[in-house]
Amino acid sequence: MYKIVNKQQLSDIITKFVIEAPLIAKKRKAGNFVIIRVNENGERIPITIADADPQKGTVTIIVQAVGKTTKLLCSLNEGDYILDFVGPLGEPTPIQNYGTVVCIGGGVGTAEVYPIAKALKGAGNEVIGIIGARSKDLIILENEMREICDQLYITTDDGSYGRKGFVSDQLRDLIESGIKIDGVYAIGPIPMMKVCAEVTRPYKIKTYVSLNPIMVDGTGMCGGCRVTVGGKMKFACVDGPEFDAHEVDFDELIMRNRTYIDLEKISDQLYENHVCKLAGVK
Amino acid sequence: MTNPLKPSERMKIPRQHSIEQSAEDRIKNFFEVSFGLNEELALIEAKRCLECKNPVCIEGCPVRIDIPGFIKLILEKDYVGAVNKIREANYLPAICGRVCPQEDQCEIVCLLGKKHEPVAIGKLERFVADYEMANNLFQTPPITNHIDKKVAIVGSGPAGLTCAAELAKMGYKVIIFEALHSTGGVLRYGIPEFRLPKKILDIEVDRIKKLGVEIYTNFVVGRTATLDELLDEWGFDAVFLGTGAGTPNFMGIPGENLSGVYSANEFLTRVNFMRAYAFPETDTPIKIGKQIAVIGGGNTAMDAVRTAKRLGAERAYLIYRRSRTEMPARLEEVMHAEEEGIEFLMLTNPIRIIGDDFNWVKAIECQRMELGEPDESGRRKPVPIQGSEFVLEVQTVIEAIGQKPNPIIQSTTPGLEVSKKGTVVVDGVQQTSRPNVFAGGDLTRGGATVILAMRDGKLAAEAIHKYLQTVETKKEAMITNKK
Repeated sequence: MYKIVNKQQLSDIITKFVIEAPLIAKKRKAGNFVIIRVNENGERIPITIADADPQKGTVTIIVQAVGKTTKLLCSLNEGDYILDFVGPLGEPTPIQNYGTVVCIGGGVGTAEVYPIAKALKGAGNEVIGIIGARSKDLIILENEMREICDQLYITTDDGSYGRKGFVSDQLRDLIESGIKIDGVYAIGPIPMMKVCAEVTRPYKIKTYVSLNPIMVDGTGMCGGCRVTVGGKMKFACVDGPEFDAHEVDFDELIMRNRTYIDLEKISDQLYENHVCKLAGVK
Repeated sequence: MTNPLKPSERMKIPRQHSIEQSAEDRIKNFFEVSFGLNEELALIEAKRCLECKNPVCIEGCPVRIDIPGFIKLILEKDYVGAVNKIREANYLPAICGRVCPQEDQCEIVCLLGKKHEPVAIGKLERFVADYEMANNLFQTPPITNHIDKKVAIVGSGPAGLTCAAELAKMGYKVIIFEALHSTGGVLRYGIPEFRLPKKILDIEVDRIKKLGVEIYTNFVVGRTATLDELLDEWGFDAVFLGTGAGTPNFMGIPGENLSGVYSANEFLTRVNFMRAYAFPETDTPIKIGKQIAVIGGGNTAMDAVRTAKRLGAERAYLIYRRSRTEMPARLEEVMHAEEEGIEFLMLTNPIRIIGDDFNWVKAIECQRMELGEPDESGRRKPVPIQGSEFVLEVQTVIEAIGQKPNPIIQSTTPGLEVSKKGTVVVDGVQQTSRPNVFAGGDLTRGGATVILAMRDGKLAAEAIHKYLQTVETKKEAMITNKK
């Protein structure tokens, strides 16, 4: 059992949790994730570690409530426990001084790119941040990113904050402005990562993405998270989750992630009905 | 009591059969197929043992259970004595009595089998283990000796559980580290409920805990802490690695990444371990087509195809590239599968999985094979028959073509010798290239049986004991230096 020591609402649907997990806090590196299971009937889902405090023995995760499991998780409060919390899993981000690196976060993906940006800054890189979301209320970790980035750009789809448009538009402008970019980390929804990969491809700028396929165990046992990278089968949980964006078959990943979409809806609907019923009783 | 019957009379008794759920009923549920022998049948069966002067059955058993000894105790109706006799050699009798391939081990050498059918040793083992459980007669063996040394066991599958039990009985402090959220390894995520009920596994694991063994779940050695950290920082004097062969192989044919294609590991993990059969009461989903195909001929393939049938598949095909005789699965499992209406497509090899517009499996293309010259495994090599291709309509494909060891520990442990196949190299007593690290089970064999894993765990426990009795551990060296 893993205790929630702090909970903070970053938006209506995005929640930050600080969880007591001293062993993971000590070992985790940028790019690692955990697998969590909320309760006895729960599924195992991967969530990227956003931050950790080895002294306090805590791990920070940021969760967007999109389906049953994430909604259930976000309904937990300070002092509650998460049944299973295992990690740190996956290969950590290879951190070194590349020169100038652009770190892009789309939506809750900002929570995943933040620790990478922080580690890259720590290694002496010039870090340019681009964070984007559908609208202003879904922009997260702006202050945290501002603190570590040499420049920070914000985009929203509806123009309610920062530049109207996509993170990839900002990336294209940066490249076209002629500044030397030595690497790009783009993490967010798959279509966003795909577009970013296409933006950098003609310029041959090394670009990495963090993939989020369907996963069960997270330790290389089931092969459910297999993705095609450079024409080869890779398991995102042990070979990744970060891969060379120019080699990833994004279309296949999008298709595979739709495997259970109808069942996910059933599960979500039952949960919503259950929550409504409880609210009705009150 | 000695057996009152003369050998000639014993030979006349036919082999007794377990009471089983009918195939018609059992494909609609996940309950155990076999209920085992009842007391009456067990007593008849026990009378069949010839009590050979040179009991070759013991030689046939990988853990050397005193088989005639426990059968004699059954005749005396001392069932607890019988199960304890088994437990001297094997701490998990209720599991072995169910999943051990006795027909290739103790029973194949049984003298009675030369002219008649061999004694049903496995079913007798299960009977006494179940009797003890049903009547709550188990007593934790007293641990008289306490040794002030700590051993870490990595993995709570059959190898790890056995090694832990043996070391705990000797008096060591033992901690098991398990990567998943629950114990048992392949016994829980792999073997289905209808062959090994989780309740039986829970009871057996609980008995190991009662020996003082602690179990840390959600702990991935190599990630949560490295093997060297366990030795240097956590103060373990030795480590046993029993992490199994958990990484699934894929065939490498086109269409494997379509939705609806599973490794047997993923399929079985979803159903057995995550209880996807109870979705949406549980949150892990599974999808089963009306027509499904499982590729492979081993026990895992049988488990997968029979599970798919129970989840509602109308046509369940088992596709295997060799013939029936080359199938590595247990005969009993093959027979059970056949009774359940599984359709066997032998000498058939898949060459392509075909998807629909939504990237879902809609069919599998196969070709017919014929047997050629023997290959390196000694089995006749299947060769494709030109022009024999055909398309089979299926919506689910499950690949059960073998597993290899998970590489996480090997890649994070310097100095640990690993073979080309990814297995950890051990000597005759399960010691690795690192003197205080021992290993066994599928991690060193690359895919074998539960009982061989238990044998390795037991052998390793003896070797660890010997090693720790003769070698001055780091802790002791520090104490000596301080003096």
